[in-house]
Amino acid sequence: MDWPALAISLKLAFWTTILLIPLGMVIARAIAWRRFAAKGFVEALIALPLVLPPTVLGYYLLTLFSKHAALGSAYQSLFNAPLAFSFEGLLLASLIFNVPFAIQPMQRAFEAMPRDVREAAWCSGLSHWRTFLRIELPLAWTGVLTATILTFAHTLGEFGVVLMVGGNIPGETKTIAIAIYDRVQAFDDQQAATMSALLLTFSFVAIGFIYFINDRFKQRPQ
Amino acid sequence: MTDSNNVPNSPDLSVHLKQAAPIALDVAFGCHRGELVALVGPSGSGKSSVLRCIAGLNTPSKGRVTCNGVEWLNTDQDLNRPPQQRAIGIVFQNYALFPHLSAMENVAIAIQDGGAEQRRKRAQQLLEAVNLGGLERRKPHQLSGGQQQRVALARALAREPSALLLDEPFSSVDQATRRKLQRELAALRRQMVHPIILVTHDLEEACLLADRICILHHGQSLQIGTPAEILSRPKHKLAAHLVGLTNVFEGEILEHRTSTKVTILRWLGYSLETLYRPELPVGQSVDWVIPPQHILFHQRVRPSRGERENPVHGVVAELIVLGDNASITMLVDKRDDTPIAFNLPTHVVHRNHLEEGDKISVSLQTNGIHMMLPEGIHNQ
Repeated sequence: MDWPALAISLKLAFWTTILLIPLGMVIARAIAWRRFAAKGFVEALIALPLVLPPTVLGYYLLTLFSKHAALGSAYQSLFNAPLAFSFEGLLLASLIFNVPFAIQPMQRAFEAMPRDVREAAWCSGLSHWRTFLRIELPLAWTGVLTATILTFAHTLGEFGVVLMVGGNIPGETKTIAIAIYDRVQAFDDQQAATMSALLLTFSFVAIGFIYFINDRFKQRPQ
Repeated sequence: MTDSNNVPNSPDLSVHLKQAAPIALDVAFGCHRGELVALVGPSGSGKSSVLRCIAGLNTPSKGRVTCNGVEWLNTDQDLNRPPQQRAIGIVFQNYALFPHLSAMENVAIAIQDGGAEQRRKRAQQLLEAVNLGGLERRKPHQLSGGQQQRVALARALAREPSALLLDEPFSSVDQATRRKLQRELAALRRQMVHPIILVTHDLEEACLLADRICILHHGQSLQIGTPAEILSRPKHKLAAHLVGLTNVFEGEILEHRTSTKVTILRWLGYSLETLYRPELPVGQSVDWVIPPQHILFHQRVRPSRGERENPVHGVVAELIVLGDNASITMLVDKRDDTPIAFNLPTHVVHRNHLEEGDKISVSLQTNGIHMMLPEGIHNQ
């Protein structure tokens, strides 16, 4: 078992989830309830990482992160370190390829909330912030939980983009998915099998939990 | 409630709205303290939009809404308070209860002041006031439609509103529950000091509950008046049709008799005596309406003196018995374009051996005939 790789994976998944869920919630809420001209375009953009080959996404991100690109050079001058093949670069890439997993479940949850329930809250004197905390969040919690679990699990399992953007630097960008690939290449079947079994178990439990939660709480008439 | 002695001249809630799109609105009305004004109109007439504009959920392109002297909306001055800053209580059509909160929490969340314990006590009082004592812990999905409506009403009152807005509050419950809830609202009203606006498509419901009715059509307030006025003195032909009056005809002012204080209306070959309306010029063509209860059937078996009052003759074109009552359509002088509809108790139909095709006579009561200027000409 490559413990440092597992630690990197968990660290990446943790930060991705912590940063992406609040940001995704703001975006999901806006898309669910607001009408604007480019809505279809924005939704397509959000769904894009689902269908785009990870290598393609990785290639473009790598280009953006290079010292010659605006983003890469700005980061370099600010932190005096390259963005490509660093944990921070990997985190940024992870935030981007997880966008559909974070936003779509929350968007569906907010869309399912009747408009008049929020209006009733305002007409009961609740501020927008209190309406969010007392009404919207408790009603959308299954969507938020689904988004959290999906984002976390998907980050643990992502391979293509991570390899393209992060490479295979132990203790910095080498995640557990990369470590499995690494072990297979080295004909270390036992290590590969152990880590694969771990990821399989985790993924299955996570997905199973999501289905259980959604089934359990969507059944209840509201 | 509408006694002019204890009602101040300026209404407690005054509403002026005007816009062309997305829904055309041209509405002006007021509602006094303790008064219930019903906004009545077919679906799409803009009644819910009016309510939403009062609540601050919609903003009309032009408008002014004031309540108890506080301006809630004044588009001329770019003033538009959000719903949180308008002291309104609203009952939505589908109640819009918070599904994850108990009945008690649904009400308590709308109480603005006091600690948790005070709010809980007040919520308890409100739930008891709407006969929901004992059901405080139930979630909305564990309550019947009628009980949900009561929670919604208690929540609307929890904010101690200056105006109560009810959007089709009885439309989602069965007939028996509706009657019960209507009676409860009528009883609860007596203790209320707020202006109450009720939106409904049901004219009968409006007549039962409202002090005044505002008829809306394509976003326009056509007529405001007491139920009796609306039903017997419509402003024009369209208002008559909207309140379900079908006996609307065209006639011409023939003369005004100052000595007997009657105005004579020429209709088909008849000269009908009507209430004195000297402001209508002789020769003016008018629309006129008569509610069915002012049409008196001439009994074949027992003629009476009342038959001298505007007698009109025709044949029975349609006779439909609906339980204790029969609805009759009579064609005057056998003309197809003059159907007069009225109702008779079924036993009268049987006693007179009335059948379709029979020749009959009726009297049109002088005080039931109401003349209206054609639309576009201002009625006095």
